[in-house]
Amino acid sequence: MSDEEKKIEETPAAEEAKAAVVSEETEPEDDRDIILDIKDLDITFKTSAGPVHAIRGVNIRLHRGETVAIVGESGSGKSVTMKAAMGILAKNAIVNSGKIRFSYKHLETGEPDTVDILKQDKKWIRSHINGRRIAMVFQDPMTSLDPTMPIGKQIMEGMMWHYNTPKEEAYNKAKKLLEEVGIEDAEKRMKNYPHQLSGGMRQRVVIAIALSCDPDLLICDEPTTALDVTIQARIIELIRRIQKERGISVIYITHDLGVVAKVADYVNVMYAGRIVEKGTINEIYYDPRHPYTWGLLSAMPDLDTDDDRLYTIPGSPPNLLHEKPGDAFAPRNRYALVVDEKADPPMFKITDTHYAATWLLDPRAPKVEMPPELKARIERMKKEAESVDD
Amino acid sequence: MINYDAEPLLDVQNLKQYFKVSKTFTVKAVDDVSFKIYPGETYGLVGESGSGKSTIGRSVIRLYDPTAGKITFDGMDISGRMSKDTEKRLRQEMQMIFQDPMASLNPRKKIGDIIGEGLDIHHAYSSEKERGDKIKAILEKVGLSPEHATRYPHQFSGGQRQRVGIARALVMDPKMIIADECISALDVSIQAQVVNLMKDIQDETGCAYLFIAHDLSMVKYISDRIGVLHLGHLLETGTTEEIFTKPVHPYTRSLLSAIPAPNPIVEKQRKALTYDYKTSGIDYNQGTSHHVDGTHYVSCTDEEYDKWIKETDKF
Repeated sequence: MSDEEKKIEETPAAEEAKAAVVSEETEPEDDRDIILDIKDLDITFKTSAGPVHAIRGVNIRLHRGETVAIVGESGSGKSVTMKAAMGILAKNAIVNSGKIRFSYKHLETGEPDTVDILKQDKKWIRSHINGRRIAMVFQDPMTSLDPTMPIGKQIMEGMMWHYNTPKEEAYNKAKKLLEEVGIEDAEKRMKNYPHQLSGGMRQRVVIAIALSCDPDLLICDEPTTALDVTIQARIIELIRRIQKERGISVIYITHDLGVVAKVADYVNVMYAGRIVEKGTINEIYYDPRHPYTWGLLSAMPDLDTDDDRLYTIPGSPPNLLHEKPGDAFAPRNRYALVVDEKADPPMFKITDTHYAATWLLDPRAPKVEMPPELKARIERMKKEAESVDD
Repeated sequence: MINYDAEPLLDVQNLKQYFKVSKTFTVKAVDDVSFKIYPGETYGLVGESGSGKSTIGRSVIRLYDPTAGKITFDGMDISGRMSKDTEKRLRQEMQMIFQDPMASLNPRKKIGDIIGEGLDIHHAYSSEKERGDKIKAILEKVGLSPEHATRYPHQFSGGQRQRVGIARALVMDPKMIIADECISALDVSIQAQVVNLMKDIQDETGCAYLFIAHDLSMVKYISDRIGVLHLGHLLETGTTEEIFTKPVHPYTRSLLSAIPAPNPIVEKQRKALTYDYKTSGIDYNQGTSHHVDGTHYVSCTDEEYDKWIKETDKF
């Protein structure tokens, strides 16, 4: 693309473009059961070096029984978003705007209810939401387990605290949970300490703890990154099985696109604190529109070709301490237009479920296609997929 | 192209590394492992955690004293007691890159001094200027700028820190670098940058890599040959091509089938093969090395070999 062509993008002012675009607000309301609805979340952290604008208008909606994946590099805001949803943001976080609506059924009455997590006080969240309604599985099972307490007791703790379950009943439930997550000799294992278990088993215990209070939503923050492939496959299989059996919703935070392909129904790609592309899993993998998504997919090592160089996204993620006008991805984007330097692109609608924040989708933008290597790869993936369908 | 008829740079014969835990219990972390690495080659060691892959790396560079076996590096015997000269050469010509760049860089030293430490110990320069020039040159080679020499490790991002780790290994101009899970702690896009950098350096300097990792897709990209390790035994070894297109050992097959592919429709249907050593009926101690073809070897008994070879056509 010549510089001349790039210039045509000078005209659209941000306001004008926003009006032309179907914003996410008009996303069709459907009657499916919404469990978590994050709207226009905007968070700044106060630090000694100055304010860091970490989350810039994030929208995520999750229905019952669905799995949503959040993909992005470290520092893109995946974990902060989820911490906000659990009401466990650090003290120096300031929520500038946004709503996090969480729907659940009352325990005693069975009545459905919806709360805004951001408006509740920490104490209420601790006793009503954390662990009980929303449970979290962290990356490193060694640091999320208490080394001084037998694992059985750690599983029982939540039930006894949240539901006043009698000790004996909690013990039996914990044993059943251990069996459910595939640990043999559950009775004996109850007395083991975390250091006596292997990495894969520890992660199973963490999952058992997360499930102990019957949550509606399970948030998995890089649950398999510290594990090797064979154990990873088993843990993913386990989470999928439990999700089906219990009908819970799962949010997966990861940077491994292979894992995402296996588990997710919907994908959100995050970059520098905002979602740059969202869609169903097939839309993101077979029809990606954002240059950053192109980069992420291209950087995945491809087992089927013999290219001896890996594609890399040039440069590194921006420092959010020094916010610049325009698209945060522009400096690393080889398809960047002039307008990218001036205004942050809005979400452009591609289908009812597929949105992307890149000026390339503006009707006035020059036509840009994804890199030919990626296109060839997607064609190959589609062919492979057809043969599976038969 | 690597010349497989040449004298190997590293020749590991029947390496055993046992750790005595108590009077009655000994962990056999590495049990009878043999492999060769040729000049300019990248040899990938893969296996799950606890398979002994890191132990092999550490035994080879002599952070441990091997229990038994012979290690020959560049024509000199480096197993057992080493003479002063041998040790001096080993410490210069074989270098290591560690997994966690934050934990392996001294937080109280400037980058320039971290990189220069090896030069200081081995008196590898004649003037202060030469030392500075060497550090600058190496920083540029790994994609950092010379000004970075005066900064501290905490001022760098994860990918940059791993570049420092590579620079530190490279400054001694080694013949071989042991990379122990050196990209596992990094983001996917940064992993690709570091792997590409390691390949460029190899093209330029001709050094050999022992690349230890559990991520098979990355190992496939960087390695010429691969060794599959499980419970301290080397089960299968061959070129990347041979291992990926014609895996013989059931463990290798389960390992390959567990790699998730970024193709949702395929991936949602596919199930990984399971492998359980205890119930498989395979005894690793019984296995002997069988030659499949080319550089492809598998460790098993004769009956197992016949059975598995028949199955490979179906894979």
